Amino acid sequence: MDDMTVFQILASKFQYDFVRDALLVGVLIALCASLLGVTLVLKRFSFIGDGLSHVAFGAMTVAAVVGLKSNDMLLILPVTIIAALLLLAAGRNRKIMGDASLAMISVSALGIGYLLMNRFSKSANVSGDVCTTLFGSTSILNLEDYAIWLCIFMSVIVVGVFILFYNKIFAVTFDPDFATATGTNANAYNIMIAVITAVIIVMAMKLVGSLLISALVVFPALSAMRLFRSFKGVIVFSGCLGVFCSALGILISVVIGSPIGSTIVVVQLLAFIVCYMIGFFTKSKG
Amino acid sequence: MVQLECNDVCLGYDGKTVTEHLTFSVSKGDYLCVVGENGAGKSTLIKAILGLNPPISGSLSFQGLTARQVGYLPQHTPVQRDFPASVGEIVQSGCLGKSRLFYSAAQKSEAAAQMERLGITHLKNRCYRELSGGQQQRVLLARALCAAEDLILLDEPVAGLDPKVTKEMYEIIADLNRSGVTVIMVSHDIAAAVKYATHILHLSHEPLFFGTKTAYLQTPVGRSFADIGEEG
Repeated sequence: MDDMTVFQILASKFQYDFVRDALLVGVLIALCASLLGVTLVLKRFSFIGDGLSHVAFGAMTVAAVVGLKSNDMLLILPVTIIAALLLLAAGRNRKIMGDASLAMISVSALGIGYLLMNRFSKSANVSGDVCTTLFGSTSILNLEDYAIWLCIFMSVIVVGVFILFYNKIFAVTFDPDFATATGTNANAYNIMIAVITAVIIVMAMKLVGSLLISALVVFPALSAMRLFRSFKGVIVFSGCLGVFCSALGILISVVIGSPIGSTIVVVQLLAFIVCYMIGFFTKSKG
Repeated sequence: MVQLECNDVCLGYDGKTVTEHLTFSVSKGDYLCVVGENGAGKSTLIKAILGLNPPISGSLSFQGLTARQVGYLPQHTPVQRDFPASVGEIVQSGCLGKSRLFYSAAQKSEAAAQMERLGITHLKNRCYRELSGGQQQRVLLARALCAAEDLILLDEPVAGLDPKVTKEMYEIIADLNRSGVTVIMVSHDIAAAVKYATHILHLSHEPLFFGTKTAYLQTPVGRSFADIGEEG
């Protein structure tokens, strides 16, 4: 009987377009984030998601203050892309400065963002707004049509880039020096990865909020690395796991009414623990 | 036939000169060993040959091949230590410079042939990070050969290997050289250089020596290593 009620709740919720839209957008964002996550984790850029999302948060508050409320993407996206280029370039040239500059940029953006929201927001519930932006919100449940199409469009581009440039991405991630020496422009691919990262971060902000984006990027890649030993295996499984966890998280949160972002993150964490255990036991058997 | 010609080259980075007045040449079939203490410009020379860091002055030119046709065996980076990739994937990536986006059937069989040549075909589906140090070096060497068969550039190929595997690695490299591959090897190991190489380039802040091995052993600095070489 219990199962029936769960399905009944789901069936009743799925009558609404906005639930289906949220599921679609959530799954697409998770797919992109988990594909990209493999490269970022392997390049030791796990924290870039975190840092960039704080930058995007800062940009969002600036956009709100200057009155770009309805098309704030025009400001958020370019600012985040520039930050991504700066961070990835800095991380490459000065390896020691990489994480320090990331920490500096991310807390500055967070601090400035909150200060601006606090001083200039006309909303009655500032701390509620901040909490919503940081931890995700129900904003994914009232998506505008253009946002859905934008999301579909970006996902197609990201997945297309991954399939088309798969071999190059592998070579540049594994050994940038060798790739450059044999005629692959590693720098160009780093820039491409930086730009895609920024785009995904900005899209994912709507889904899980600024603080939880790293989970979408990092968890599927780490889980896949526990189980798979080839790059192809890791990429494919990471993508599948990202989609599965995101869909499951959204369904659970629809049924029990929990916040979408943190539900997805908890599902990701549980999936990681399962993968870790499987990896641990299969390894010890030899 | 001269393949690489280096004429009065000055090397450095960030505006600092590391070594200058560097003149040497590498002919087809040579086995040149570049030795010298840390900071003498060995890595900078490698980057210059690969075209990653052009010389400050002087000319460095290839004849009959391009900088893209140098097979490079780099030192390990921390990223590679836990990288999930199969041996087949890594060797195949050596062909990438020649392909556009996807590998052709010819390139796949090229990769298979190089794995066979280095005796790692049975490791094809194994994960790189689970291999021993010597096996990993063979994988990277196979990848280098996929990129270029005429000239290979080895950066400290035996760093971190135990003595037995080190000897095996040197034998593999010597075999490749006998089969016509030009070898440029950067090494700390002067004893091995004296034993295997045909030419020696001893770098310091100014080049101390360039010439054949026999001539090197006549110089004061070379003579001090001659004994070690004979023992090894």
